[in-house]
Amino acid sequence: MKLSKPQTPPRRSSWTRRHLLGGLMALPALFALSSNALASEVNTTGLAVTDDTVKVGILHSITGTMAISETGSVQAEKLAIEQINASGGVLGRQIEYIQEDGASDWPTFAEKSRKLLVNDKVAAVFGCWTSASRKAVLPVFEQYNGMLYYPTFYEGLEQSPNVIYTGQEATQQILASIDWLAKEKGAKTFYLLGSDYIWPRTSNKIARKHIDKLGLKVVGEEYYPLGHTQFNSVINKIKLKKPDVIFASVVGGSNVAFYKQMKAAGVDLTKEKPLLMTISVTEDEILGIGGENVEGAYASMKYFQSLTNSNNEAFVKAFKERWGDDIVIGDVTQAAYLGPWLWKAAVEKAGSFDIEKVQAASPGIELTTAPEGYVRIHENHHLWSKARIGQAQTDGQYKVIYETEELMEPDPFPEGYQ
Amino acid sequence: MFADYSMPELMSIFAMQGFAGLSLFSIFVLMALGLAIIFGQMGVINMAHGEFMILGAYTTYLTAQVFESVMPGLYGGYFFVAMILAFVVTFALGALVEWLMIRHLYHRPLDTLLATWGLSLILQQTYRSVFGAREVGVSLPDWMMGSIAVTDLVEIPINGLFVMVLSLLIAFAVYLLMFRSGWGRQVRAVVQNRPMAEAVGIDSGRVDRVTFALGCGIAGVAGSAFTMIGSTGPTSGQLYIVDTFLVVVFGGAQSLLGTIASAFTISQAQSTMEFFLSGSMAKVLTLLFVVGILMLRPQGLFALKVRR
Repeated sequence: MKLSKPQTPPRRSSWTRRHLLGGLMALPALFALSSNALASEVNTTGLAVTDDTVKVGILHSITGTMAISETGSVQAEKLAIEQINASGGVLGRQIEYIQEDGASDWPTFAEKSRKLLVNDKVAAVFGCWTSASRKAVLPVFEQYNGMLYYPTFYEGLEQSPNVIYTGQEATQQILASIDWLAKEKGAKTFYLLGSDYIWPRTSNKIARKHIDKLGLKVVGEEYYPLGHTQFNSVINKIKLKKPDVIFASVVGGSNVAFYKQMKAAGVDLTKEKPLLMTISVTEDEILGIGGENVEGAYASMKYFQSLTNSNNEAFVKAFKERWGDDIVIGDVTQAAYLGPWLWKAAVEKAGSFDIEKVQAASPGIELTTAPEGYVRIHENHHLWSKARIGQAQTDGQYKVIYETEELMEPDPFPEGYQ
Repeated sequence: MFADYSMPELMSIFAMQGFAGLSLFSIFVLMALGLAIIFGQMGVINMAHGEFMILGAYTTYLTAQVFESVMPGLYGGYFFVAMILAFVVTFALGALVEWLMIRHLYHRPLDTLLATWGLSLILQQTYRSVFGAREVGVSLPDWMMGSIAVTDLVEIPINGLFVMVLSLLIAFAVYLLMFRSGWGRQVRAVVQNRPMAEAVGIDSGRVDRVTFALGCGIAGVAGSAFTMIGSTGPTSGQLYIVDTFLVVVFGGAQSLLGTIASAFTISQAQSTMEFFLSGSMAKVLTLLFVVGILMLRPQGLFALKVRR
């Protein structure tokens, strides 16, 4: 955790004419030292912005059960901040980050975000991963008017002026993948399987509506508690129903159990009978599952580490240089990397760190240097981005086999899908 | 729900589902045996049981790494070496923990609960610092990941069979050790009446240490075996702890036979309900069922009468 030097508050009682004169005489010198706009001009609301530095917060779980998933996001955000600093900072100010640990506990997230906003007066927070943690901090960000950059693909049904959602909302992940399955793979029947909480349930609700709309059929829908490790029964049910597609949104440690048991039960995903489409397994999760156990599965994401554009090649290289050669980069990690860059662009467009001005400047901000390609912030604070489908390989990477031609419009409140 | 299927299809699904139930049963037995020994024989509530299992899993992971880089030719057999190492490592840590911590807390079961819970947090953070927060992928030799195709529909997973055989062997070994060996007689004597056991010359401190370490060692073997079916991460142990306690308490804390009977009841109930209902609903009903039985029989399915 980085801490700033304590700043001595001006002692009002000791103001004398001599001090005042001395202070006035020093002013031109200050102007000469810093070519930046004065902190008082770009920061009218008392954020932790000086003439040379600006403080931001990073708020993820680095302990507890979610640390598995959130580690990559922390690494991406730190990398982005270091790169921004190396290229001159934001409005000429170096970014200093204060990292807090949400400890996989939602009330802790709320408490730490209050600390970041009220005590540290950070100009922006990059953080949260699960929907539960986001829901826990949202009232805090709205009450104290902070900015949160939230990286995870999530269920939608939310839109706050205080949040920029850099991951996909549900329709961006689901609609394109089901269209692709129907068109390219001739899929007719689907088995929906997920962990039992809001994101898989909402995602499957949207999937089911879309499947119905296309005139196809859902033959089973099933949820298992978070952390469940026994999937033999559902694998038997899948064998009995013989769906064309298993549409899976199982998360966390359960994933490892599910894919290992599928393989052990003789379901070879490379044969595509049934075919498996996941919206929850990124390269990060494959590390734990093992490439050989998930080979042949399809995933619908907006980013894969194997993308071959030059932005991504530079990003992967920098990421490995910073965090080690063995590291893999998943969809959410890339979305987390966008956070600091989008914030920088918005601050510089607004010419101010003030939250209201950054909020007003955010819609329409584009990033041509994003590893996933071009992205743009929508009026609804989500990102326009492409949907892509990749197929898992034994080496733990995805081979990209399809991407939408156009950017998909984010639609957090999809009509007809609720 | 069965109208759409032909008779052979149904038969084979029932066969597979029966196997799924048995394999869940053997997993429960394997999870619970170590805890049953510690909780049942010593009255110590070991909240760090899951972390001992994961220590076994990490040992397996390291063994796999070593075999892969040093002697890839023997990779197919590394798992057996890994299980033995897992037992040795967790046994040693168990003995150390007993000596440092547990032995000062006998007759204070609630304090052992707190102390071992603290231990579980320490172990989790240690794993996180050493192996990283992400899950590690334990790769298995190919022969273990396949399945035996009996008919077109009936496929028996090899790792399921492996766990089943392993838990039978371990249960049998524990039975021999507890009820057919001199050492087992000493353990039971200490459980039934500590002062009298000491009076006839049993070193009850040593018996306690070995019993605790043995329970931990079995947890380590279980954790090693579970790399085949589950995840290996710093907090993966937490996934097992609830089911484990459920099995032990439901069976009656003092009885190994009770543990096995309760593992059978719970696993069959759960896998049958999972098939007809959704996964979450099956879990809810299983828990309700256990709560109901425990309200009628607080001592669990089987209970020994012992003098305290």
